[in-house]
Amino acid sequence: MRRPISLYGLTFSLPLLVWQVLFFVFPLVFLIALSFWTVKNFRMQPDFDSVNWATMYGRSIFWKAYGTTFAMAAAASALASALAFPCSYAISFKLSDTARRWAVFLMVIPFFTSYLVRVYSWQIFLSDAGIINVMLGWVGLGPYALLNTVGATIIGYLTLTFPLVVLLQLFSLVFIDRTLIEAAHNLRCGRLRTVFTVVIPSARVGLVVAALFAFILSFGDFVSPIYLGGGDPTTLSILITDTTKSGQQWPRAAVIALTMIGTLLVVAFAAVRFAYKGRTK
Amino acid sequence: MQPYAGLNKGMTRRSLLATGAAALATPMLSRRAFAAPTELTMLAWYGHAEPDVVAEFEAENNVKFVPKYYTGGDNMLGLISQSPAGTYDVILSDAEYVQALNEAGYVEELDPNDYAIADYFPEFQNFPGNWSDGKLFSLVTRFGFLGVAYNTDALTEAEAASYNIFWNEKLAGKVGHFDWHLPNLGQMSLLNGNSAPYDIDEAAWQAVKDRTLSLRSQIGGFFDYGGTFSSLNDGQMLAFAGIGDWITGVLEKNGAKVRSAIPEEGGLQWSECFSIGKGSTKADLAKKWIQYITSAKGQAKSAQMAAYPALVPNQKGWEVLQAENPAEAKRQGMTSEAGNVIDMIRAGRIKYRQWPIQQSLEDWNDFWSEYKGA
Repeated sequence: MRRPISLYGLTFSLPLLVWQVLFFVFPLVFLIALSFWTVKNFRMQPDFDSVNWATMYGRSIFWKAYGTTFAMAAAASALASALAFPCSYAISFKLSDTARRWAVFLMVIPFFTSYLVRVYSWQIFLSDAGIINVMLGWVGLGPYALLNTVGATIIGYLTLTFPLVVLLQLFSLVFIDRTLIEAAHNLRCGRLRTVFTVVIPSARVGLVVAALFAFILSFGDFVSPIYLGGGDPTTLSILITDTTKSGQQWPRAAVIALTMIGTLLVVAFAAVRFAYKGRTK
Repeated sequence: MQPYAGLNKGMTRRSLLATGAAALATPMLSRRAFAAPTELTMLAWYGHAEPDVVAEFEAENNVKFVPKYYTGGDNMLGLISQSPAGTYDVILSDAEYVQALNEAGYVEELDPNDYAIADYFPEFQNFPGNWSDGKLFSLVTRFGFLGVAYNTDALTEAEAASYNIFWNEKLAGKVGHFDWHLPNLGQMSLLNGNSAPYDIDEAAWQAVKDRTLSLRSQIGGFFDYGGTFSSLNDGQMLAFAGIGDWITGVLEKNGAKVRSAIPEEGGLQWSECFSIGKGSTKADLAKKWIQYITSAKGQAKSAQMAAYPALVPNQKGWEVLQAENPAEAKRQGMTSEAGNVIDMIRAGRIKYRQWPIQQSLEDWNDFWSEYKGA
């Protein structure tokens, strides 16, 4: 039975609704409309022409950038999840309450510094004459090309996502019912097997959501591909700036942006569906 | 009465009146001295409204510049088109975009008699794009050349004397591009022997594309302004296409081992022009600024701008610069010696950077995206 809408209920739900309409629905609708506008002599004109969609979807560079961006974001997401799991597992199961609070605090600290600054500081480590290559030089190795590579971009993505992934994983691991783990041990289940058959399935929602956030953040990131990847290969975020840089082609950039939003929605729905699969409530 | 005796002593009626008049006038004086400065909005590349350039003018005219900096001509046109008329009093524009500003009616007509155009080198008195149907709409204020930017530890001046050096094996993965198609493809066009690098037919355009694609494996990255600076500064990139002294000059002055050379195939010229924004309510003050920055004194300042140095078109500006900072005048080639920058222009070694004539800007941009993704 539906409850009538009360003033009390509206007080709490309205701000969220207004927020969503103002800062998500309205810009999205505008972006959709913009993608049908045309540009003549550097001036955008309201129009209803599908030329921008046809042009962008007809270009091989668009699909190439799409594939590259998707693959790199997926790799970053998988890597961040795999690297973060031992960390969040240790924090939630091996540390005392006090140590755990400190660990959470340490994971929050990176957010105090601008992501751009953190990425720039990686250049000091990764450049040809940087810290890593100098240290490798001491043992007679290198120098290796580390900066302006895909690997450097992935390091940037990890810089962005790793602390968040650890925190999100942590929140789901902390709430696992410990009796399940004890039961597994009582039934002679080994430590590693307990992790894979009890811990990971129990924390599935948190792990998937953490991976999803890593994917979302990496997929749209512009800073790492530019400042650590040297703009090579072209990602969708770089393609957006390229498109706007010449001839005021904002409508075409809107096509790329909408495709990115659509992709993220599909990935998010698929991830959430997978996370809650088999749950009754 | 005793305490007041000293006050009254020597106080005549005349001195009392004088003191009173001075006291009454003081608020007027201080009002004038401390009047809030008039704000003048400037739309420009970074650096043009910084104290090293504008402080003197601001103090002399009780003006405070309110800059809005853009990153590229498209960005500039976007900002103007999205703002009401009169938002920007002074507009600095790259020469390629001056025509677009004019056609869209974003700038006011200028009176040529207001400015010291006669002091300009003849090549700059009728600068393309500044004039339309005999009317002046903007005034070129500074310019620079684009060639081969290189690390002086890695390359000699002789090696940097040709764009072919970009293909050299020792630069594999060490050649950077400033991420904008116009200067890079213009340089490739020069290398292909096109005397008008932006006015090329389809066959020549195809040849430019092929030549550019053959360079792709040498490229270590595509960089914006900040990335270009840092990768040249720390030696990550040893040679750069699409830039010139406007970047290497700043680094060189700070001790980095980088320079720019104009190769034998020729160099490109970028140029910046000032205009008065349409509907500006402070057009007189804006005019005064353009008069200042195109005067000999202003030109010497502009040449030494901290953000990025440039060449200036005013001959008398050269003289002031030579007197003020002979080392910088020599470094930039603004001296009376043979082979100076005007001689290079006169020898036909420099071509204007401009929009493609036989292809659309979109064609060039699309190819650049494809090249980057190749």
